[in-house]
Amino acid sequence: MPTPPLLALRGVCKRFGVVQVLKDVELEVRAGEVVALLGDNGAGKSTLVKVISGVAPADRGVIEWEGRAVQIRRPHDARDLGIATVYQDFALCGNLDIVGNLFLGREIRNYGFLDEVEMERRTRDLLEHLTTGVPDLRAPVVSLSSGQRQTVAIARSVLGDPRILLLDEPTASLGFEQTTLVLDLVDRLRDRGLGVLLISHNMGDVKALADRAAVLRLGRNNGFFDVNTVSQEQIISSITGATENVPRRMAPREEAW
Amino acid sequence: MVKGIRKPADRTRADSAPSTAESGPPHRGRDIVRAVEALAAAFRHRVRAGELGSFPVVLVLLAVWIVFQTLNENFLSPRNLSNLGVDIVGTGLIAVGIVFVLLIGEIDLSVGSISGLAAAVFAVLNVNHGVPEWLAVMVGVLVGTAAGTVQGASFAKTRVPAFVVTLAGLLAWNGLMLYILGTSGTINIDENGFVAKLTSHYFSNDAAAYGLAAVGAGLVFLASYWDRRRRRAVGMPHRSLLEIGVRTGVLAVIAFAAAYVLNRFQGLPLALLIFLVLVAGLDVVLRRTHYGRQVYALGGGVEAALRASLRVVRVQTAVLAVSGTMAAIGGLFLASRITSVSQTSGSGVLLLNAIAAAVIGGTSLFGGRGRTWSAVLGILVIESVASGMAITDTPIAVQFMITGGVLFAAVVIDSLSRRSQEAHGRA
Repeated sequence: MPTPPLLALRGVCKRFGVVQVLKDVELEVRAGEVVALLGDNGAGKSTLVKVISGVAPADRGVIEWEGRAVQIRRPHDARDLGIATVYQDFALCGNLDIVGNLFLGREIRNYGFLDEVEMERRTRDLLEHLTTGVPDLRAPVVSLSSGQRQTVAIARSVLGDPRILLLDEPTASLGFEQTTLVLDLVDRLRDRGLGVLLISHNMGDVKALADRAAVLRLGRNNGFFDVNTVSQEQIISSITGATENVPRRMAPREEAW
Repeated sequence: MVKGIRKPADRTRADSAPSTAESGPPHRGRDIVRAVEALAAAFRHRVRAGELGSFPVVLVLLAVWIVFQTLNENFLSPRNLSNLGVDIVGTGLIAVGIVFVLLIGEIDLSVGSISGLAAAVFAVLNVNHGVPEWLAVMVGVLVGTAAGTVQGASFAKTRVPAFVVTLAGLLAWNGLMLYILGTSGTINIDENGFVAKLTSHYFSNDAAAYGLAAVGAGLVFLASYWDRRRRRAVGMPHRSLLEIGVRTGVLAVIAFAAAYVLNRFQGLPLALLIFLVLVAGLDVVLRRTHYGRQVYALGGGVEAALRASLRVVRVQTAVLAVSGTMAAIGGLFLASRITSVSQTSGSGVLLLNAIAAAVIGGTSLFGGRGRTWSAVLGILVIESVASGMAITDTPIAVQFMITGGVLFAAVVIDSLSRRSQEAHGRA
């Protein structure tokens, strides 16, 4: 291997109280690559995202960034490394316009006053790179469609020049047309050399977009696939556990919850 | 290969906003028509998007003025309008503080009591204890700031709704005021002092009012012009010179008309000057600073603000501190108007009028939408009704009913425009 992966997890474990949510999870994301993270409900996908984004740090295991071990204890650590997360519920301010949302908390200032012109210019340049239909930058976000809002949320996370983007179910609440809009955006981000970790339930999205897929099952790795060569059935059976030779293990704690 | 066939959806709304209007050189007449069309298009765009802003309240104000002028020809006399310009200041300043609180989606019920408390502190220190007037004024205002900060911090840290915290404040600060006043009852303040002058001083030189109108219109023009130049320099959509001219022109006509009317009575009232400067300054703070952006963001959603790592507790505390400070300043103007402080200072309909003014002016009760200027328009409506009632000898009962009706209409418009905005998003 000439270059180490951008982000690599080695033997990551995480427990909440008595529940072992993640056990010895391995994962690699390279620059310019979309990795789909798949798994049934309760497989530990969201927890893995929280581990990487520093919201819920790992108990054990090593996280490597470009080949060297790093500590991610807080969201701040992840952000400093260049890890950006887009959560499922966009978390935008509906009353602010697109420019206001993109730069919220990191406004460009000029003698203490907001530099609206510069912020609007950068927003326009960024959105022109990301998407074809740039909406009215001064319209309040509440008047945008959900696909456009997702675009704004992703653009907001890209603004900090991250190296890796974590997307938690980016198309879950979107219609067909809106989904294409967002998938196209992720495609462009990959072309710009970002690593993307895409959590999705939608096999269509995964086939259309991902280069590799990593399947989690009951908190453990349950296979890595090259999306272009493997069949959809193989991935699905890995998600549901049909490929396991051993009888289906009980997951007493998780199901009890 | 599936990647190749995805076609990006183009959901861009055809934006007819004025930004793209360009002025062609020779035909001034056609240019003006085009600028007016652009303004009208922008207006229709905003109405459809549920952003009526101050438009309904301007209509209401005009209606109120026309009705009372037909009932009594003295209503629009320079004397009455000039008095109106002074009457709006006390409650108007309090309403400006309320605008800040409404913007973060909360409400402050304590402003009436705080205004009375600040006035009482000033009067007792200055009149009863001989403290120099400037120092007593400072202490009075700072008491308001402190009261607001205490409420803000307890609301932000404990997550008890501001409604409840300030309801406790309403009682507590009123009690403190009565305690400070003690047995003295009514305190008359020095009629020639600085505080009394706040509402009794007029700049009788005609140049003052016209100067203010000129400076205001000039600043607005320069700000838009600089904005246009910077946008043009980086190739961004910008307003045409003509449109800036039309906008500034309309503003200038209103400003100079007001100045003319004021000069036909006693000139520019000091109180009105202070009020307008404060409102304009706070408008800049809200819309052009990092702090103001945080205030709007909190109104749009605390969760989003937290994710953007805004200091939510600090902003919430600061907003109630601003509202307490403005209440105290407003209280001093109210005391100045009647040159006395009594046990009834800050009580009665003052609180309700201040909140009603902010809402009638177009500040949303749901947070996140509104400007300081809405307090000016709202209080103008309320005081116009009050003044018209007084001039036509109508009983105060009717006045309450009319103000209540206007407030009700304002709330309904706010709610409807909010819903239309959301529907607009789904369209």
